[in-house]
Parts: sequence; C-alpha cells; structure tokens
Amino acid sequence: MPPQVEIPKDSWSGSVTTVTLGATAAEGGTRSHTVTVGGHKSLPFMHFEQKMSHRPVVALEIKDHRPEDWSPLLLELWGQAANDPASWAKAAEQAGAELLVLSLSQTGSDGNPTTPETAVAAVQSVLKASGLPLLVFAPGQAELDNTLLVPVAEATRGERLVLGICEDKNYRTIVATAMANDHLISTRTPMDVNLAKQLNILVRDMGIPTDRILMDPTTGALGYGIEYGYSVMERLRLAALQGDGNTQSPMIVTPGAEAWKAKEAKIGHDVPASWGDWKERAINWETLTAVALIESGADIVVLRHPESLRRVRAAIDELMI
Amino acid sequence: MPLSGIQIYKLLPKTNCKDCGLPTCLAFAMKLAAKQIELAACPHVKADAKAQLADAAEPPVRLITLKTGGAGAREVKSGNETVLFRHEKSFINKPGMFLRVRDDDPIASIQAKVAAAEAYTVRYVGIDLTLDGFAVQATAPFDPARFANVVSAVRASSKRPLILIARDVAVMTAGLRAIDGESPLIHGADASNWEAMAGLAKQHHAPLVACADSLDGLADLTGKLKAKGIDDLVLDPVSRQLGAALTRQTQIRRLALKKDFRPLGYPIIAFPGDATDPTQEAVQAAQAITKYAGFIVLERFAPEMIYPLLVLRENIYTDPQKPIQVLPGLYEINNPKPTDPVLVTTNFSITYFSVANEVEGAGLPAWLLIVDAEGMSVLTGWAAGKFDAERIAKAVKESGIANKVTKHRLVVPGHVAVLSGELEEELPTWEIRVGPREAVDLPAFMKQAL
Repeated sequence: MPPQVEIPKDSWSGSVTTVTLGATAAEGGTRSHTVTVGGHKSLPFMHFEQKMSHRPVVALEIKDHRPEDWSPLLLELWGQAANDPASWAKAAEQAGAELLVLSLSQTGSDGNPTTPETAVAAVQSVLKASGLPLLVFAPGQAELDNTLLVPVAEATRGERLVLGICEDKNYRTIVATAMANDHLISTRTPMDVNLAKQLNILVRDMGIPTDRILMDPTTGALGYGIEYGYSVMERLRLAALQGDGNTQSPMIVTPGAEAWKAKEAKIGHDVPASWGDWKERAINWETLTAVALIESGADIVVLRHPESLRRVRAAIDELMI
Repeated sequence: MPLSGIQIYKLLPKTNCKDCGLPTCLAFAMKLAAKQIELAACPHVKADAKAQLADAAEPPVRLITLKTGGAGAREVKSGNETVLFRHEKSFINKPGMFLRVRDDDPIASIQAKVAAAEAYTVRYVGIDLTLDGFAVQATAPFDPARFANVVSAVRASSKRPLILIARDVAVMTAGLRAIDGESPLIHGADASNWEAMAGLAKQHHAPLVACADSLDGLADLTGKLKAKGIDDLVLDPVSRQLGAALTRQTQIRRLALKKDFRPLGYPIIAFPGDATDPTQEAVQAAQAITKYAGFIVLERFAPEMIYPLLVLRENIYTDPQKPIQVLPGLYEINNPKPTDPVLVTTNFSITYFSVANEVEGAGLPAWLLIVDAEGMSVLTGWAAGKFDAERIAKAVKESGIANKVTKHRLVVPGHVAVLSGELEEELPTWEIRVGPREAVDLPAFMKQAL
C-alpha cells in the first residue's frame, strides 16, 4: 500500500474584498454586463484549499488618441482602430478584452493639454462603442488629473467606472467624485507594502466603501524590477489573507505598459541577435510579466497586445481548472 | 522527525571550540535545526551522534548536482531551498534549464540544434546568460542503438550536463553506456521499472527521477528507491497542465519545508516543452521558474523565448535582501570629452545597465554619474528619499566632475523632474536638464536636445 500523503492546507482568517466593476441598465449604468474580481480566501489557484472565487481578468489599454510614443509593433497592429477611442474600444473588445482601460493623454494630438471636454467626449464615445466595464486612467499629473476626472465622473454618473490613478497627492478629489457619482477608484503606490497600506488607510478614511477600491501596487517589467512588484504583491496578498484590512483590495497591475516600455519589447532594430525575433520576444515579454504577476496575486492585468491577452487568458483557463 | 535545537545541542561536544565559525555549540545547534548550516561544519561530532543528527542535518529539499568534466564542463545545482516565498529569505539554486532533443530526429538536425544552443549566450545587466545542458529523449519505437547514437552525438557537440529520458531499461542502459563514466540525470523510474532503473543509477552513480502522477505514488516510489540505496532523487509529478502543476509543485514544496516530509524532499523536474499549445511553452516555463521547479526541460530553441526565461530566472532568484548594485561614482561612456553631457541616475544595477547600454549602444559619448541610492531604481529611490537633490548634489561634488567638463549641464531622469528646482539651488553653477523617463528614449533625447 502506498503511503497516504497528508496534503498541508493553509487556512486563513482574512479574505480579499469582492469588487464589481461596471453597472448594467438595471443597476443605473449602461454596461452590457459587470465584471467581479476578488473574494479570495486562499492564495492564487490553490483550489484544493478553497475554490478560487473570481478568476483574474485581462484588460486591454486604449488611448484617447493615437499614441505615437507606443512601440511601432503595437501601432501597426491596431492600425486605423487606434486613431479614435471608439473604434479602438470596439477592436479591443473583439480581441477578447474582458475590461477596457482608457488612459487619457497629457496632451491632445495637437500638442495642447487635454481638456475636460475632450476627456469627457473620449470616455462617452468608448462607453457608446463597447458594453465592457471601463476604467479611466488620467495622465498621472495630480492637478491635471483632477481637472479631467471630475467632469468625467459627473458625466458618467452611475456607470461604476474605475477612476485612476489615486496617489497620495491627489486621492481626495478623485475619491470624493467617485463617491458622489457612484464610481470606483484605483490607488497606486510605488512597489512598497507600507506605502500601499498607508494610501489604503487614507482613502478609506474618506468613507469610500471597500467594495469600490482597487489597488495597484505597481510592478516593473521582466528584467526591469519585476521581482520587486512580484514580492510586494505576494506580501500584500499574504497580509490580506492573514486579516490585515488595509491590504484586502483586489490588485490591478499594468504589465502591458511596463513591458512595452522595455527596450526588449519596444525596439526591433540595433538589438543583439541573441534577443531573437522581435514580435515574438515582445509578446513573451508582456505575457511572462503578466503571468508571473497573476500567480503572485494580480486580479486584473492591463495588457496592450491581443496575442498576449490570448495567451494570458489561456493560462488563466488552465489555472482555473 | 526533525530535532529541535536543544535536542541537537545535547548530541554535540559542548566544548564551544568555535571551529564551526559560531561562538557556541548552542548557536551551532540552532543553525542546524534551522537548516542554515551543514553538520560537516563541526569537525568534532562523534560518529554515533552523527547518525542521530543525520536526519536533522539533511536539507528539506535535497541538493542534486549534475556535473561534467573536461573543457567546457558545467555544473548545475538544484535543491537546498528553504522558503516558499522569495521575500522570506531568498530562493537559492536557479533551476537548470535544459534543451530537449529526440532520438527520432535526423542526426544532422539534432546536431544543429545542439550547436546553436551551445553557442547561445545573451548579456543581461553585465551577466552572460546561457542554457545549462541538454536532455535526450527516447521515442517509440524504442531502439537502444539509436538512442545511444544520439546521446554520443550530443556529447560530441557539448560538454554540458545531460538528462537521459527513457523508461525502457534496455534503451537507458545503452544510453548510459554511450557516455560511460558520466553521471547524467536518469529519467526515469516509475512503478513498473524502478528496480532496474535503481540498478542503473547505482552503477553509474547517477541521480534518478521518480515519476508518478500522484503524490502518494511519488512518495511510495522514492521510499522504495531510497531503500535500495538511491539517495539522489528528483521528482516528476507528471502534471503537464498549468493548474495541476502549480498545485502539485506547491504541495511538494510545502510538505518538504513545513512538514519536513522526506519522501518528497527532492527537486522537481518540469517539462514545459510538453505543452500542447507551443505558445504556452514559455508560460509553463515561467511558472516552473517562479513555482519551485529545480530542472526545466524546454523543447524549442528560440532565442525570443529563451532570453526572457533566462532573465525571469535571474530576477526571481535575486536575493531580495541584496539588490544588485553597481558602485556609485563617475562612469565614462565612449571616451567622453569635457564638452560632453553629464547624465545622472541611481546605482540600482538594472537602472545603471539600462542607461549605460543605451548610451553606449548609440555610440554617444557621455559622463554617467551614479548616485548612491542604496540600490534602488529612480522612482523607488525617489519615493524612499534615497534619490533626492541632496544626494545628487553630493555625488556631483564628490565625483569632481565639475573639473572634468567645461559645460556644467546635468541631465536628470524624467521621473524626477520635480527635483530640478531644488537641484538648481544645491548646484547653482549647473544647468539642470530633465531627460526622458525611460532609458530607451535617451539616445533620441541626447541627439535632439543636447
């Protein structure tokens, strides 16, 4: 008789908050369906302890206008669709995106700073073009972000959009408008467990319910500090399961933006031959960054290339069995 | 059962001779209980005590070493791991990455594949990364002579460690004979062939893979093999599907570390090359790297897949307590003249190499001033107060750069544009310029803006 191996099971006192993105017509929005993340009571994919409640989801990032600083591989791939956010949103949904992230640029295609009017128009055109729940990320300049996100939040009241990015400098305005207009928020801190906890305390102090908070602990790309993001996320998730209420928000990360900044993905010329085929390397760079982070606890990964999305979703399918 | 520090202490000489490098026998006992030191470090422990301590001295995941001799020889170490999460301490021995060839492929294409992989090297943050060895797989219909022939051909093209893969005993016997005197990893023993495979492993002093598709089966098999005197074992939990592999590999590592469960206290071998969808080979290999594999067998020699995997392995196995740093100071790139620009960044090695490689690769001369940010990247260093105007100004002054350049113009990373004002105050004779956020955009910036 073979020995019966007793499988050690972790049991945790805490769990990850369940967060639902988007609102359908019945719920006061216009989304065709909602997407729910979080709810975990064990480490990622440890189904033998506790069946994972909600699978990690894959978002595609689109921009308010054609981003000339993106890798030529991406611009060529999206082609005409990238010329306006509505057609880009449709193309991204067709490519299999489960969520859309519209990231607003600092300046318009004419070089002038993005105005509240153009930001609102871009968001509304995306909402019209696709029924997917939407996340709207401002350019990351505290003052500009506030001037753009407040009118966006007001114009889309009840949609349960995710407004980002709340940092320690600008969270007050964004949290306030999210609460007033029935939206969610995403916080961001630079790869540090304590900074993530602090910001979580600050936004919760304003009274926003926990089921409206996502947190982005930030990551580096493969080769550019992924190990920091990876370990911070593992530590945050362990803390959440151990019952630390300031680490229990579902985690969102942006491996797409990080990977496509890396030279290995962005550039195809004047690189060592040992880097191999450009397109396949770029997709691997984005895919591997995303998969590693999903296994360390990411609930939402934001990608840029549809083939990476296909591969990451295939991986999640296999991990959910 | 593992012994506690106090139980171990009772078996030691208690002379506090310090020959082990620790101040007292009790300190040594505590380290041994925590598996942070080898019993061999104590030269005075008695033979009978040694036997009792053998169990406590064993690492929870046994160290398996594959080694070859002669020119071009390599060594791959796997095992000795002590944590489930890298932040708890560090992962220790990077999983060996092997490229598989099959004995039913034409010899010429096998040789070409091996030659290409053998020659492959890629530079990342100043380190040359390569694959570790080759795996030769016997395929049906099994033919001992053909397998032996392919093993010989691979050995003729590479001196790196080998894994021989065949369940058929006659085939494995022939393969081992082809490289007689060597101790490759033998894959493997299963419920039906284990006695014969144990004989071969013994004869060739070779480590042996135990294959079973359940943990019960694996534990049963390693128990039998150990009873036959085979100590160097590797586990193949035969889970080729991503979710099942994650579950089993996590369970094995937990049992070894948390329960000190010896029947599963061995490194794991993973086969991402068996993925049914070839685009998932990289994904499976990535999971094998992050989630506890000790040996990884790849199918395709594709630099666009090998390079990211080798980088991931470096990243995950970096000791979190010791970020890789470069020495702060002034670096000269492409023989800069006094009129060339001064670029500033942090001493985090990834940051340093990203910047240095860009500038060097573009053939642009520059002075690169590396600030001591305690090994943090630009953004992290800035957020933690380790990369601020004061530290940058200090580095400028200490480096003596002011005497080496005629144009006092300092380019700071775009991520810390907010520091410009303060820097102008700290360095009144310098013009502060804000560079791009990412290193990849530096050459264009330098050509246009400087």
